[in-house]
Amino acid sequence: MSDAVRRFVQDGDSIVIEGFTHLICFAAAHEIIRQRRRELTICRLTPDLIYDQLIGAGCVSKLIFSWAGNPGAGPLYAFRRAVEQGIPTPIELEEYSHFGMVARLTAGAAKLPFYPLRDYMGSDLPRVNPLIKTVVCPFTGEELAAVPALNPHVAIIHAQRADENGNAQIWGLLGVQKEAAFASKHVIVVVEEIVSESVIRSDPNRTLIPGLIVDAVVHEPFGCHPSYAQGFYDRDNDFYVSWREISQNEQQFNSYLNEWVFGVRDRAEYIARLGDALSRLRAKPAFCEAVNYGY
Amino acid sequence: MAIELPNFTPNELMVCAAARQLSDGEVVFVGIGLPNLACNLARRLHAPKLVLVYESGAIGADPKRLPISIGDPSLVTDSLSVCSMFDVFTYYLQGGLIDVGFLQGSQVDRFGNLNTTVVGDYRQPKVRLPGSGGACEIAIHAKRVFVIGPQSKRSFPERVDFITSPGFVDGPNTRKELGMPGAGPALVITSFGCYEFVDGEMVLTSLHPGCTLEQVRENTGWEVRVSSNLATTGIPSPEELRIIREELDPTHLFI
Repeated sequence: MSDAVRRFVQDGDSIVIEGFTHLICFAAAHEIIRQRRRELTICRLTPDLIYDQLIGAGCVSKLIFSWAGNPGAGPLYAFRRAVEQGIPTPIELEEYSHFGMVARLTAGAAKLPFYPLRDYMGSDLPRVNPLIKTVVCPFTGEELAAVPALNPHVAIIHAQRADENGNAQIWGLLGVQKEAAFASKHVIVVVEEIVSESVIRSDPNRTLIPGLIVDAVVHEPFGCHPSYAQGFYDRDNDFYVSWREISQNEQQFNSYLNEWVFGVRDRAEYIARLGDALSRLRAKPAFCEAVNYGY
Repeated sequence: MAIELPNFTPNELMVCAAARQLSDGEVVFVGIGLPNLACNLARRLHAPKLVLVYESGAIGADPKRLPISIGDPSLVTDSLSVCSMFDVFTYYLQGGLIDVGFLQGSQVDRFGNLNTTVVGDYRQPKVRLPGSGGACEIAIHAKRVFVIGPQSKRSFPERVDFITSPGFVDGPNTRKELGMPGAGPALVITSFGCYEFVDGEMVLTSLHPGCTLEQVRENTGWEVRVSSNLATTGIPSPEELRIIREELDPTHLFI
């Protein structure tokens, strides 16, 4: 992880660490904070705890997003401190709705300049974001909203498993990981398990991200904790609830970073420090019926 | 005036009032908290074929525990389909498949516009709220929108500080003029009563038992219209309460 971040995430880059509640790569965000990257533009539909941590740690100059909260558990206070008081640094906001962000990444992935959508009429969002524009359909004359392509420098995508070439399989909530990966110039895939190519080939429909667009594969078990990985471990909801208090004042926020980010060398040390806490999160089995790929 | 209240919480009443408005076979865009409870309650009673769609991509979800976030893994296990967010917003929502969309707002105004973006000025907010998420497009596309949440003078201003998700914007014809496919807000359920919309404006149609018109007026930032057929909201049945308390929210997280 340390090598992948050092090589592909530079000061001033735009990055996307996707995952809609599911498969949020805390391991990558923590490594970026440890390497003290600065002036990042961070993109994501739902900047949650890891983006709150990146913002509070001073790594960020701009946020491109559609919903900034602690899902199911309250506000993000480091984000709010930055927006409301400029602490530790002011951040620029570029704000859409989910559909707008999905559309931006889809255009980016398709290498189109923009994406049309029937949205935003009557909303104040276009008033505060001049990049939400309109376009007239050349066939029907209908006026549609249009948002520009988003092509981040780096996408970091957590997957359940991949082979060593980065052919990555994801099941459960898929979010916009595929669009984010195809839209970005570089892709880092982080996985719970490295499997052989034959495992991938036995179930090709499940491959969301092909190795041909992947620059680095990182094996990082429990890399999403306190987020979850379907079939591997559940969300550590107690931590999400406690984040409200941790993030509420700067001192507690900083002591969290000192203990759990700067205070560990890598993810393995973080996991070791969690100890037994992880065993209660392990997923119960719920296997699917096998399908026949034969002909 | 002291009125003896039956044994249920305001949130339980709100959940039941919302559940009763859902018809079997409808496709519902569900939110976490009270909307999720209302939809799962309806599925267990009069609407077993209600299709629950979550913006995280779970279609036809059948959660076996109370989902604590919109992306809870229990929405995936046993669902009919799990798709990408592109599919959810493009094919399901923009594609016109959603009958009812549930929304909440930190501010709701007389035209049913919702604000989840900022309190105060956008550039120098007093309080920075989470933002739209999928709410803006749900408000535009769902055939009907249900709004559910607490009510106070602050959360019910005459005009929201920021329209994140448009209701009727500023009058009865604006949605149509702007080309919005959905019909807009149909029902607002608060801690005091239920509202419907006439000529694009919120009208109080039922008061919850124990609540008064004075309370409603004290907690509304404009002179609220009251239906000439003002009713009393039906109270939860013992079976509804049993399902909510024992099956849906046994740790009383949302009720």
